[in-house]
Amino acid sequence: MAHQSNYNPSNGFTKWMDERLPIIRLGYDSFVEFPNPRNLNYWWTFGAVLAVALIWQIVTGIVLAMHYTPTVEGAYASIEHIMRDVNYGWFLRYGHANGGAMFFLAVYIHMFRGLYYGSYKAPREVLWILGMLIYFLMMATGFLGYVLPWGQMSFWAATVITNFFDAIPWVGGSIKTLLLGGPAVAEPTLNRFYSLHYLLPFIIVGVVILHIWALHIPGSANPTGIEKKGPQDTLPFHPYFTVKDLFAVAVFATFFAWFLYFQPNAMGHPDNYIEANPLQTPPHIVPEWYYLPFYAILRSITFDIFFLKAQLLGVIAMFGSIVILFFLPWLDRSKVRSMRYRPVMRFFFILFVLDCFILGWVGANSPDVTVLGIEAKNIGLFSTFYYFAFFMIIMPVVGMMETPKPLPEGIHESVLARSGKGASKHADGDA
Amino acid sequence: MKMKKAKILTALGLVGSLALGTGSALASGGEVHLKHEHWSFDGYTGSYDQAALRRGLQVYRDVCSACHSLDYVAFRNLSDEGGPSFPEKMMKAIAAEYEMPGIDDEGEPIMRPGASPDYFPSPYANTTQAEAMNGGAMPPDLSLMAKARRDGPNYIFSLLTGYEEEVPHDVEVLEDLNYNPYFPGGQIAMAQPLYGDDVEYADGTEATIEQEARDVAHFLMWAAEPRLEERKTGGRKALLFLIILSGLMFLCYRMVWSDVDH
Ligand code: HEC
Ligand code: HEM
Repeated sequence: MAHQSNYNPSNGFTKWMDERLPIIRLGYDSFVEFPNPRNLNYWWTFGAVLAVALIWQIVTGIVLAMHYTPTVEGAYASIEHIMRDVNYGWFLRYGHANGGAMFFLAVYIHMFRGLYYGSYKAPREVLWILGMLIYFLMMATGFLGYVLPWGQMSFWAATVITNFFDAIPWVGGSIKTLLLGGPAVAEPTLNRFYSLHYLLPFIIVGVVILHIWALHIPGSANPTGIEKKGPQDTLPFHPYFTVKDLFAVAVFATFFAWFLYFQPNAMGHPDNYIEANPLQTPPHIVPEWYYLPFYAILRSITFDIFFLKAQLLGVIAMFGSIVILFFLPWLDRSKVRSMRYRPVMRFFFILFVLDCFILGWVGANSPDVTVLGIEAKNIGLFSTFYYFAFFMIIMPVVGMMETPKPLPEGIHESVLARSGKGASKHADGDA
Repeated sequence: MKMKKAKILTALGLVGSLALGTGSALASGGEVHLKHEHWSFDGYTGSYDQAALRRGLQVYRDVCSACHSLDYVAFRNLSDEGGPSFPEKMMKAIAAEYEMPGIDDEGEPIMRPGASPDYFPSPYANTTQAEAMNGGAMPPDLSLMAKARRDGPNYIFSLLTGYEEEVPHDVEVLEDLNYNPYFPGGQIAMAQPLYGDDVEYADGTEATIEQEARDVAHFLMWAAEPRLEERKTGGRKALLFLIILSGLMFLCYRMVWSDVDH
C-alpha cells in the first residue's frame, strides 16, 4: 500500500483474523481511511458507478442464464419465455440489455475524464492500461452478448463483424473459422459466444481488482492535476467519498431506471425482435450505439493503398483506434496533467469529443447519406483522420509547444481560492 | 413517438443520441410520416384498454389469423392480468374453438379441442406452405410485430389504413402487389385485409376500418409486450423511490461535507 496502515483491530476476532488474513485491514485501508484528494469533482464518481454496474450485469446475467437456451432452435424462444413467463423476466432482460448500454455510457465518461485531466500520465500509466484492457474486454463481452438473443441484428452483426477477419492476410480465415466454429454463424458460434460471454465478465472483475490496486498506489489524481502533498489536501474515503459516490450512484440509477421501465427498447434495434434468418439480410445492419464510432472508422477507408486492400486497412484502422489509446501516457508530452491549465489542448479535446459524436453518427448511417452536400463516407474519412491526428500529432506537438496557465500551489490552496477564502486563512477542524 | 423519443434522448445528453435519432428516422424510410393515433398504453401511466384488446382479438381471429400466426401467445394469456383479462371460462371456450393435434389413449394421432396451455395455432403446416399460399411472400408472425417495426402500433395502424390512398402517377404497381405508402418500398404482397364491417364487434362498437385497425394494433402491442402494465406500475414506484433516495443521499452528502472546504 502506498500509504501507511492505521488499522487497529479492536476485538478478539478481528485481531485473530488480522494475523492470519489481513483482509479487514485491506478493506479498511482501501475504502475507509484511504486519503483522497478533497477537490475531486463528480467526474470522479463514475468509477464507483462502474463498479456497481459491473455487479449489476453479473447478477442479472447469471439469473438470465438460468432461463436461456443457447441453441439456434431455442434461443429466441427462450428470450420470449423470459419476457413473458418468467417472474420479473422482463425486468432482468431489459435490465441487462439497458444495463450494458449504461455501463458503456459510464465507461466513456470515465475515460473522457481520464483524457481531460491527464489521469493516464505518470505515475498512473499501468492504471490506465489496465483500464484499457477492461474496456477492450467490455467491447468483446458486449458483442458476444448481443448475439445471444438470436434476432436478425444479432445474427447479421455477428456475420458482418466476423467477416472482417477475412481481410487479415494468411491467418484471417482460420481465425474466423475458429471464432465461428465453422464456415458461417451457426449453432457452434452461438455455443461458444455464450460460453465466452459468461466467462469474460469474471475476467473483467479480475482486471478491475488490479485496476483498483494500481489506483491505490499513487491514489486518485484530481482536477488540478497536482499530486497531494499532505493531509491538508485529502479527506478520508469514508465517509466523505462513500457518501458522494452513493449519491452519484443513486442519480445514475434513476437515469438508468427511466430507460429500463419507460423506454426499454429505445436503444435497441427493432430488427432484433425478428428471429434470425440466414436467408434474409436486413437493409441496414448497425451495431449498438456504443460501437458506432469504431464501426464508422472500420468503414471509413474505401480505397486501397498500394497492395493493402481497403477492407484490411479498415480493420487496421479500427483496431488501431483502440490500440493507440494504450500508448496515451507516452504520446502526451506535456508536463502539466490537467487540461484545466492547458487552453490549447482543451480546445482540441473538445473537438475530439465532437469528432467521436460525428463518427457515431456516421456509423449509424449508410455511407451515401449526405449532409449539406457532403457524403457520410467523406465525413467519416475526415473524422477518422482527426481521431488519429489528435493522438499522433496534436497530443505530442501541443504537449511540447503549449505554455500552460500557472498552476496553483497545491490542492488545498486551490480549494480555498475556489471557495472564495484567502489562502492564508487556514480554517477547518480537519487539518 | 419517433421524434419525441429522439428529442428526449438528446435532452438527456446520452452519448450517441445524435446517431440514434437520425439513424431511426432514416431506417424507417424517412419520407412517409406515420399516422399518429392516441394509445392508452403510452406514457408513464399508460395501460391497455381491455375493451380494445378484446375487440382487437376479434379482428385478429376473424381476419388476420387466416394468414398470420401468433406463435408466442397462449390461450391462457387471454386471462392474464394486464391483458384482455377474459374470465377463465370464456378463455377456455375460446381455446376449445380451435382444433389441436393430440393423441388418444391408444397413442393414435387425433385432433382434440384446444385447451388453455395451447398456443394459437399457425394457419400453415410449415413455412414452405406459408410462402406457397401467398405467392412467395411469407406473412410474418404477428406476436412481436409491434416491437419489430419502429413505432410499431402507429406503423400497423398506418399500414392497415394505408391502402386507401391513391396510387401516384409515377408508380407502377407490380403484379400481385398492392400500393401502400407506409410499407418500405411502397408495394406490399398483403392484399388489403380490412375494409370496415369485417367483424361484428361483440360489444356493439361500430366496426369502421379505423376502429378495426386501431383495435388490432392495440391487441398486437399487448401480444408483443404483455407485461407492459406491470412494468409501468413498477417503474413509477421505482422512479419515485430512486428520486427520493437520490435526494436523501444528497442531503447526507451535504451534511457530511458541511464542515470541510472542497
Ligand atoms: C390474405 C392473407 C393475409 C391476411 C388476411 C392478412 N395478412 Fe398481413 N400479410 C400478408 C402477407 C402475404 C404479408 C407479407 C407482405 C410482404 O412481405 O410484402 C403480410 C404482412 C403483414 C405485416 C408486415 C408488414 C411489414 O412491415 O413487413 C403486418 C404488420 C400485417 N401483415 C398485419 C396484418 C393484420 C393486422 C392483419 C389482419 C387485420 C393481416 N395482416 C391480414 C397476408 C395477409
Ligand atoms: C469495469 C470497468 C471499470 C471500473 C469498475 C473502474 C473503476 C475505477 C474506480 C473505482 C476508480 C476510482 C474512482 C474514479 O476515479 O472514478 C477508477 C479510476 C480510474 N480509471 Fe477506472 N474503472 C473501469 C474502467 C476503466 C477504463 C475503461 C479506463 C480507461 C482506459 C479507466 C481508467 C481509469 C483511470 C485513469 C483512473 C484514475 C483516475 C484518476 O485518478 O484521475 N477505468 N476506476
